[in-house]
Amino acid sequence: MSRKLLKVKNLKTYYKTRMHEKIYAVDGVSLEIEEGKVLGVAGESGCGKSTLAHSLMGLYIPPLYYSQGSIEIDGKEIIIDDKEYLRKNVLGKEISYIPQAAMNALNPTLKIRKFIEDIMAEHRPNLSKKDVYDLAAERFSNLNLSPRVLDAFPNELSGGMKQRTIIAISTILNPKILVADEPTSALDVSSQKIVMKLIKQLLEKQYIKSLIFVTHELPLLYHIADDIVIMYAGEIVERGSSDEVIFDPIHPYSKALMASMLVPEKGAKDQKLVAIPGSPPNLKSVIKGCRFADRCKYADEECRKSKVHEKILDNRIYRCKK
Amino acid sequence: MCTHDYILSGKNITRVFGQGKNKVVAVDNVSFSFTRGEIISIVGESGSGKTTLAKILLGLLKQSDGDIFYCGKKLNLKERRSRREYWSEVQAVFQDPFSSFNMFYKVETLLRNCLKLRKNKLSKEEQVAAVKDACKSVNLEYEELYDKHPFELSGGQMQRLMIARTFLIRPRVLIADEPTSMIDACSRASILDMLLKLRDENNTTIIFITHDVGLAYYVSNTIYIMEKGRIIERGTADEIILNPKENYTQQLLKDVPKIYESWDLA
Repeated sequence: MSRKLLKVKNLKTYYKTRMHEKIYAVDGVSLEIEEGKVLGVAGESGCGKSTLAHSLMGLYIPPLYYSQGSIEIDGKEIIIDDKEYLRKNVLGKEISYIPQAAMNALNPTLKIRKFIEDIMAEHRPNLSKKDVYDLAAERFSNLNLSPRVLDAFPNELSGGMKQRTIIAISTILNPKILVADEPTSALDVSSQKIVMKLIKQLLEKQYIKSLIFVTHELPLLYHIADDIVIMYAGEIVERGSSDEVIFDPIHPYSKALMASMLVPEKGAKDQKLVAIPGSPPNLKSVIKGCRFADRCKYADEECRKSKVHEKILDNRIYRCKK
Repeated sequence: MCTHDYILSGKNITRVFGQGKNKVVAVDNVSFSFTRGEIISIVGESGSGKTTLAKILLGLLKQSDGDIFYCGKKLNLKERRSRREYWSEVQAVFQDPFSSFNMFYKVETLLRNCLKLRKNKLSKEEQVAAVKDACKSVNLEYEELYDKHPFELSGGQMQRLMIARTFLIRPRVLIADEPTSMIDACSRASILDMLLKLRDENNTTIIFITHDVGLAYYVSNTIYIMEKGRIIERGTADEIILNPKENYTQQLLKDVPKIYESWDLA
């Protein structure tokens, strides 16, 4: 059994609105990732998957607040009250994050090399500008990105190119874990494939050790992830290997998700696309029973009464198997 | 009532942007004909000219060359009146719902304004009834929404509100430009269901413009594949997806992650 790289225990984070209401976006999530593995996180919009991705950084910027739980990376607890320490020693080095919209994440007035110089000035201040450039150029060409990009402004690059640049920049310090939050949702299929190839390369060349991939596109997740967790309303409702979750889902919500997949394959045209009725619950209040009960066709009175706990069955975790 | 075989067709449509060195041919000598009640998908990568073609079909852009025929008649949108008439029959749903509404109006006004495109005048009670009906077809609660501004709604609600507008106008042709790219896979199913319902109720021709090949395969009768402004392949959904002839189409299909086939990332 290989080393557990990331251990998240009962993590709870919430947003505070201007009206001082609390929104419990991540509500008791526990996760573990082994070294070299890819974990996929899936769920519909508003289920808390992006908030989970942010929360894993250990850096909570209002309106996001931490409430309880622990995050251990390689045996070290990263939930500490020292933001400066986090910034210097954890972010980028231990765990790194790729945002969803690369177009908005790059400052349009700076050349790409300036972003890398900024990172290096913080983490390896004794390197000269020339050294930084050489290092970056080497990393870029290792990842099949032209070093020419370093001297370009973000607006000179295409969407797919920007996304790849962001990935290369955020992994320049060889973080142990990379959290990718829908890195391909704004791209078309061909650019998507190029970006996915780049992510695969990072793993093969050991620039990163493990990957957490957040997306709502299940066919994509199936090809990259070893394990998949399905989130609903701030909770994990099911976890298993990709094959198990895609072909043999247990939880009613996972089953509904699988039925909404569209793939251009034989037989897909005759399949009936089933939409899940209703909308996700309001996370402002604490929900007593099963969170999916209002939209679940199997739900009965029992479901709404008490909290549904996670159950374990042959390495799989699930909350319900109706 | 249109009795012509093809409700909308185009012949040798070309659109050029810029001149001289900066000349870009966005749509290059494209011809097509759509029948009534048919669902067509136009599939291509970003930059292949799909959206330009949609704008030309809607009369928002003028083609540099070629003609569009609506119900067999050559389209002429020079006058305001003819444009209005055309838009009461040919409508669109756009990709970004956030930029498609007038932010100063409330939902009630936004929906009632659509009724102005209808030919027969309705009384106020009839208007409210029609609006409520349209909201019901797209699973929106009118009582909850009517007093809100569009920016107070969620992305999914806005997208459904856009479709509610098309239910009010009941167009003969609907051009849907990436209608589901902003929403997730689970809500996508319900949006598609609504558009198919619109087709079933009114025999509307729907033109899907998308880069999602899976979606195109699921909904459409006919698929057109566009590359660099040209239509390189057309055929029924089964022909294109299961037996693509052109190299480009084969490559495009290879790039889509599938469930039962391996996806080469090497």
